[in-house]
Amino acid sequence: MGVRTWIEGWPVYRQLTGTDPLGRGAAAQSARSKGLSARTGTVDSMARSVCPYCAVGCGQRIFVTDGKVVQIEGDPDSPISRGRLCPKGSASKSLVTSDRRQTRVRYRRPFGTGWEDLDLDTAMDMIADRVLQARDATWEDRDSGGRPLNRTLGIASLGGATLDNEENYLIKKLFTALGAIQIENQARI
Amino acid sequence: MAEAHPVGFQYVVEAKNRGARVIHVDPRFTRTSALAHTYVPMRAGADIAFLGGVINYILANEKDFREYVVAYTNASMIVGEDFQDTEDLDGLFSGFDPDLRVYDQSTWQYAGQGDVGQPEGAAHADRETASGLEQESHGPPVPADVPRDPTLQHPRCVYQILRRHYARYTPEVVERVCGVPRDQFLEVCAAWTANSGRERTTALVYSVGWTQHSVGVQYIRAGAIIQLLLGNMGRPGGGVMALRGHASIQGSTDIPTLFNLLPGYLPMPHHRQHETFRQWVDAIRHPEQQGFWANAEAYAVSLLKAYWGDAARPENDWGYGWLPRLTGDHGTYQQVLDMIDGRIKGYFLLGQNPAVGSAHGKAQRLGMANLDWLVVRDLFEIESATFWKDGPEVATGEIVPERCRTEVFLMPAASHAEKEGTFTQTQRLLQWREKALDPPGDCRSELWFFHHLGRLVRERLAGSTRPRDQGILNLTWPDEEPSGEDVLREINGFDVVTGEPVPNFTALKADGSTACGCWIYSGVFQDGVNQAARRKPGSEQDWVAREWGWAWPSDRRTLYNRASADPEGRPWSERKKYVWWDPDAGEWTGYDVPDFEKNKPPGYRPPDGATGVEAISGDDAFIMQGDGKGWLYAPSGLIDGPLPAHYEPAESTVRNPLYGRQANPTHKVYDRADSPINPRSAVYPYVFTTSRLTEHHTAGGMSRQLAYLSELQPEMFVEVSPELATERGLEHRGWAHIVTTRAAIEARVMVTDRLRPLRVDGRVVHQIWLPYHWGGQGLVTGDSANDLIGIALDPNVLIQESKAGTCDIRPGRRPTGGDLLAYVEQYRRRAENNDG
Repeated sequence: MGVRTWIEGWPVYRQLTGTDPLGRGAAAQSARSKGLSARTGTVDSMARSVCPYCAVGCGQRIFVTDGKVVQIEGDPDSPISRGRLCPKGSASKSLVTSDRRQTRVRYRRPFGTGWEDLDLDTAMDMIADRVLQARDATWEDRDSGGRPLNRTLGIASLGGATLDNEENYLIKKLFTALGAIQIENQARI
Repeated sequence: MAEAHPVGFQYVVEAKNRGARVIHVDPRFTRTSALAHTYVPMRAGADIAFLGGVINYILANEKDFREYVVAYTNASMIVGEDFQDTEDLDGLFSGFDPDLRVYDQSTWQYAGQGDVGQPEGAAHADRETASGLEQESHGPPVPADVPRDPTLQHPRCVYQILRRHYARYTPEVVERVCGVPRDQFLEVCAAWTANSGRERTTALVYSVGWTQHSVGVQYIRAGAIIQLLLGNMGRPGGGVMALRGHASIQGSTDIPTLFNLLPGYLPMPHHRQHETFRQWVDAIRHPEQQGFWANAEAYAVSLLKAYWGDAARPENDWGYGWLPRLTGDHGTYQQVLDMIDGRIKGYFLLGQNPAVGSAHGKAQRLGMANLDWLVVRDLFEIESATFWKDGPEVATGEIVPERCRTEVFLMPAASHAEKEGTFTQTQRLLQWREKALDPPGDCRSELWFFHHLGRLVRERLAGSTRPRDQGILNLTWPDEEPSGEDVLREINGFDVVTGEPVPNFTALKADGSTACGCWIYSGVFQDGVNQAARRKPGSEQDWVAREWGWAWPSDRRTLYNRASADPEGRPWSERKKYVWWDPDAGEWTGYDVPDFEKNKPPGYRPPDGATGVEAISGDDAFIMQGDGKGWLYAPSGLIDGPLPAHYEPAESTVRNPLYGRQANPTHKVYDRADSPINPRSAVYPYVFTTSRLTEHHTAGGMSRQLAYLSELQPEMFVEVSPELATERGLEHRGWAHIVTTRAAIEARVMVTDRLRPLRVDGRVVHQIWLPYHWGGQGLVTGDSANDLIGIALDPNVLIQESKAGTCDIRPGRRPTGGDLLAYVEQYRRRAENNDG
């Protein structure tokens, strides 16, 4: 390393002579940081998404490499959030990638004292059977005056405020056609 | 706002940097207060007294925007002779039925319209089915030709009724009820009114701090009255904005998972009121009235066509007979009590955690422990999935795992990154999310789960001839799993012959030629393009940013924006121009999509006898209202009165200083031993309220499982003032427990002047604040604040009062095991005996 290189590598020199008099950019850059690049620059794909927490609707960019989320950042294009995220939105990569997430169906039998494993297809079949049993056991055709009721009060559901419109549409459509009316979500709470 | 919606708050900070004045009114000093010019502490649950004081200030000093008020509100309309106000009846309006505790609303009508009041029993049914407010969305049953006095002098015109009703809400009364010194109150009034009018507008922002009260709807009505009087509605920088708390809670109201609604705010049929298709449709469209709800038959038929396709035909009333019927209150709190009583067999929880997030947590958990089966769909093992093995009732012995019969399926869910679809954010804006990757393991989206559940159920019922099965068998339900865009196309609506998407809701037909899953979302797939996926960068657009996402209805970013122009169609001022009439082009134009018929001139007057859209005058800015006007006074629809009046919360430490009526006379409680309400008693001497922390989200299922957030806010705590700490011997960072008639919970003590004692009605009131995010699962655990809260509901919408309650606080940890039950019971007995 020559003397000239050594002097020019000195941040104060660069700050005094270069284009960065406040020493907050190029002047403060070390050889190591100069060699770094953002992990978002080398990803396989990027999806434009929306933060899943509150209702402000901040834009998110979700970066994926090798089938894994490697970063979630605020989307600077969003006229709502202009690239910003709050502490929760900033932590949403760990929401998606957490090793605490449930990734297998868990089953607790009546009077059981612990979880058991259950195959996903078996669980779906069991749930479908139970929906029909509950519906049949509690079905009401008509009220005492002979007016139609066409319903079951044996099934209830709560949730939807964290789900997509398309999902809520199918939920309401299916339950309504089954005669289940006790369908509620956070908007009542 | 800085705490719970921090990224939205950036605009407040920017406005402040440009010279705006920021005032924060809140029981507790928060991060918002820290950035405000003025912080006004007040008593939780006294907001209508405060807002009523502002209305009185506006009217007494004639600070209203008179031209706007006369043109666009119902100020000039004359109310019938039989109406009596709370002034006449000591806190009641005319028409009260003390047995059912509801109002017959016929005396509230405009003059000459008394005969369009309700049939007997209707108000009671409306409260039970949370349908009182349907006039807000379905249009009220009032005709357009109401007698008016544009000079606002007639003693029975709305303006004069308002003046008399709010005359007693003086600055002195505000001070006495709210604990806000009169000088500080007048400072707020002066700032609000000075910043409203032709040249300036003021925005009013609220969150669930307003909705979660036994008078919550009237809080928001009071805010709307102020904004109408000051001419702040339908104009840029104005409005009443609900800052909602979940990514798509707006969407889940529009396309509801709510018991009383179908998509697009069409009512779920009631067995008596809507026995036939014709009764149902006419109840929505009110054949005699004006406005866009007159076309409700097209919206209703198109929904039934979306549900039942070719099986929905004119001869079977489009399948109306397959719709299930309401008979009363089927809301979430009624459901929980029915679970305790063993009436409900199965329960689905879809990204929701009522064991922590709903009021009266014990009732929630005991209800879930008495089901045949429970399906929990979530990202994590939340408290609502584990109540049977480690909930608080297991510790007290009220739930014994070996004797708890509930079968539980914990079905792992896909995250927002692992599926495509739209969220509707708080300003009615739909934003499409691209899918980033597949969900891991057994994790699946709700779209997947419900598609396959429907498929499995239909396979099992195939060939059935039972009448009850025809609705599900005839449902349009493809065998192949649909994509999010497939479903969004159905929501948008399409021509049933060509399959082409309809351009917007005005193209919907009542003859069965169109299908549409949610009429207010019609247009989101205009031209076959997913409009919600539009992402033109904000930096390349004007400030309205219309090419980002899509807002309902018809991509209008500000509702009722016709009011941003004067009656002649000119902007109220150059500074506040937004939408205006272009006489040369013969159309409305501006920065936004006009919320008005594009070619109807300002001078248009309807011919005699006109109804529906034809009856909307060229200066009727509020096009969904039956009379085209913004309502200062609600002549029908609200269960608890045509004007907001201050009532104390269901649990309060003070007697109502304004009227002989203590609490909202129509609020709903369930009169049973396991759903108790604190009596007014020295045993529960303090007021408490709850709210969110920036670092946590609701019941904690999406935040207490995350290491960063858990580290930032690791422990349940309670905030008390130094004065209360002295009074009760509470030590900073030590333990305390908080007691109501339902529960005792423990928390670490934060002694802070973020809370300060208030002087209310001559005595000191101490307030306590709690975050409500904690429960027994996750990286950080603690007691749940919602266990303290009772089930007292707003009569219009059946939302619980969880922002104002009474309690005791004592140093040290709470008792455990069976001792905890005895401890709470002992409090209850002392309160019943009034043994302070």
